[in-house]
Amino acid sequence: MSHNVSFFATCLADTVFPDIGIQSVRLLEQLGCTVSFNPKQTCCGQPLANSGFHKKARATMKNLTTALLEDNSKYVVAPSGSCVLQVKEYPKFFKGDPVWKKKAEELAAKIWEITDFIVTVLGVTDVGARLPGKAVYHPSCHLSRLLGIKEQPLALLGNIKDLELVPIKGQDKCCGFGGAFAVKLGPLSGAMVIEKVDNIKAAGVDYLIGADGGCLMNMKGRIDKEKLNIKVLHVVEALMAGKEEGTK
Amino acid sequence: MSIKTSDLSLNDRLKKELADTTMRKAIANGQDALNTKRNAAFAELGNYEEWRENAAAVRHHVLENLDFYLNQFAENASANGAHVIFTRTDKEATDAALEIVKAKGVKKAVKSKSMVTEEVGLNEALEEAGIEVIETDLGEYILQTDDNDKPSHIVVPALHRDREYIREVFARKKGYTGDSVPENITRFVRGLIRKEFLEADVGITGCNFAVADTGTVTLVTNEGNGRFVTTAPKTQIVFMGMERIVPSFTELDMIFSMLVRSAVGGKLTSYLSFITGPRGEEDRDGPEDLYIIIVDNGRSKVLESGFREVLRCIRCGTCMLECPAYRHISGHGYGTLYPGPLGLALVPVLGGYENYSDVTKICSLCSACNDVCPVKIPLYELIYEHRRIIAEDEELVHAPEPFVMGAYGKVIASSGIYDFGSNMARFAKFLPKVGPLKEWTRERDLPEITGKRFRHWFKDHKKKGGKS
Ligand code: SF4
Repeated sequence: MSHNVSFFATCLADTVFPDIGIQSVRLLEQLGCTVSFNPKQTCCGQPLANSGFHKKARATMKNLTTALLEDNSKYVVAPSGSCVLQVKEYPKFFKGDPVWKKKAEELAAKIWEITDFIVTVLGVTDVGARLPGKAVYHPSCHLSRLLGIKEQPLALLGNIKDLELVPIKGQDKCCGFGGAFAVKLGPLSGAMVIEKVDNIKAAGVDYLIGADGGCLMNMKGRIDKEKLNIKVLHVVEALMAGKEEGTK
Repeated sequence: MSIKTSDLSLNDRLKKELADTTMRKAIANGQDALNTKRNAAFAELGNYEEWRENAAAVRHHVLENLDFYLNQFAENASANGAHVIFTRTDKEATDAALEIVKAKGVKKAVKSKSMVTEEVGLNEALEEAGIEVIETDLGEYILQTDDNDKPSHIVVPALHRDREYIREVFARKKGYTGDSVPENITRFVRGLIRKEFLEADVGITGCNFAVADTGTVTLVTNEGNGRFVTTAPKTQIVFMGMERIVPSFTELDMIFSMLVRSAVGGKLTSYLSFITGPRGEEDRDGPEDLYIIIVDNGRSKVLESGFREVLRCIRCGTCMLECPAYRHISGHGYGTLYPGPLGLALVPVLGGYENYSDVTKICSLCSACNDVCPVKIPLYELIYEHRRIIAEDEELVHAPEPFVMGAYGKVIASSGIYDFGSNMARFAKFLPKVGPLKEWTRERDLPEITGKRFRHWFKDHKKKGGKS
């Protein structure tokens, strides 16, 4: 059965980490989905909303809602727990506006985080990937705590051939990203990411895998600064590993 | 003291605390040890979520009927022989205490640990009136000896200090000559404080919970100092935040189970004191006079605000122990008496946005606190709401933030400008590292932006029939 999926790339994957978007699309297509991408989409508005600027955020929320509903697909899928959480919260931002509230509810009801979509909707946990080495998985806060998506990414990663997942100290602790928090309180956010990377380092791994571009950018920033030999991968990149021949 | 504990700006506070590596190690060790104990205590109890639901429901019920329970408590406590005094402000609360101690000719007061007395600035008021005040909780005693250092945690006030530091403080200030083994330091302090208990004319305590239907005041302590403070001096003054109340012993039992497990990871503390009125004819100890000062000091305002849920707080300190930001800056980084997620949710309403809007920034919105608060206060949501209120009030946000956010909002709301802007992003690496870029790059590298865009790839991908 083919599923029509409207893909929400997220602004970070669109501009900074295009491979997250590319591998997401390839993965969904391999799993039999028909993927569309509406180029009117931009950002979910989270940096504004989390800083309290709800009024200023509403324009971009409307823009994204229009873009993602326009495709008329049964599902909207995005490779970020944090952005999916934000979209799921949209109805709260349009409390006094029945027209937009309705649209926001429609979108909130059909948006899925990609690992949740693959496991829950497609019913797949083994995508046939192979990635030899040891990895730490970072369960991003919004994904795991606020959306409650804990098992899905682990189920998928657990089936990657030759990949060993290693636990670390303080595994479920925030990496210090927090969007605008990372630049508003840079030194504090920096202290948090330093501790996180220290714990990852201590595990002696080849990869750091996560499901949220923002957190990954934060930890990668530190890993690069320390010139560590740890490759940072989004979970979709890990799930496409070892089967890319001929698709480049 | 008041809610405010520092005159430094937010950035200066953070800088100062982040540079204190000894403190950071002490806090991290404290967090890890107490969190492990707490998890074990709740695992043993079982049905964690159900307990939290029930505790939240009890606290919620009390807040919905606070006037009733306060009245009931006051009537019963008075019938037991206590003097109950309602106070609206910090000044009224300290004035009430001053009136009592002056009438009694008090020269020396012993105190057990109480956050609300710190909130209203009781020690300063008493000292100004020439009364010697001695903190008898070990943690508070350490801070008092260390030139009135401020508590860094609401349950474990000296969490930011390690044993070596504490040994040094007592060596310098009190002539301690022993080693840094906690038991030895404690024995030394015990010797010093015992004499104070016997000499003091008044004992001052907080109140963990008041029991409405019996008029009882309760104290949860571990060191026995609370028991001493409430039995040796002739007069006892209890300070009680007006929301710290439960209907009866049935609810108290459950709330204690949550409080003690959350705060220290134990089933029970060493001492639970129940004080129902002053010493009776047949009692062998206890105060002759018992005063209960009930403190509002902004709580009515919180009750009427959209932040009422934060008054459910049972002051267990767990949210601080779980907070990844608190971990690196301790309570001192907040500059407020109530730090951590609780502080972020409570202080802006209790003390006013005009003084405390900055503190709401100290949060990455990770929501770890929400999952552990024993009375299920939606701390994440309350902090989020504070930020909205602050951002939408022009008096409270400082340039250039609204301008930057406004410009950013315009860019992302239109795919055309966004497209242009993000195509330009590849030149970010050539920008001077100032402002946000500087903040980011001090501890991190910037991601390399190659200019390759997902949307361009996708167009091409579709053109090639999905074969790219
Ligand atoms: S807010 Fe919750 S976790 Fe924090 S101190 Fe209060 S009761 Fe404890």
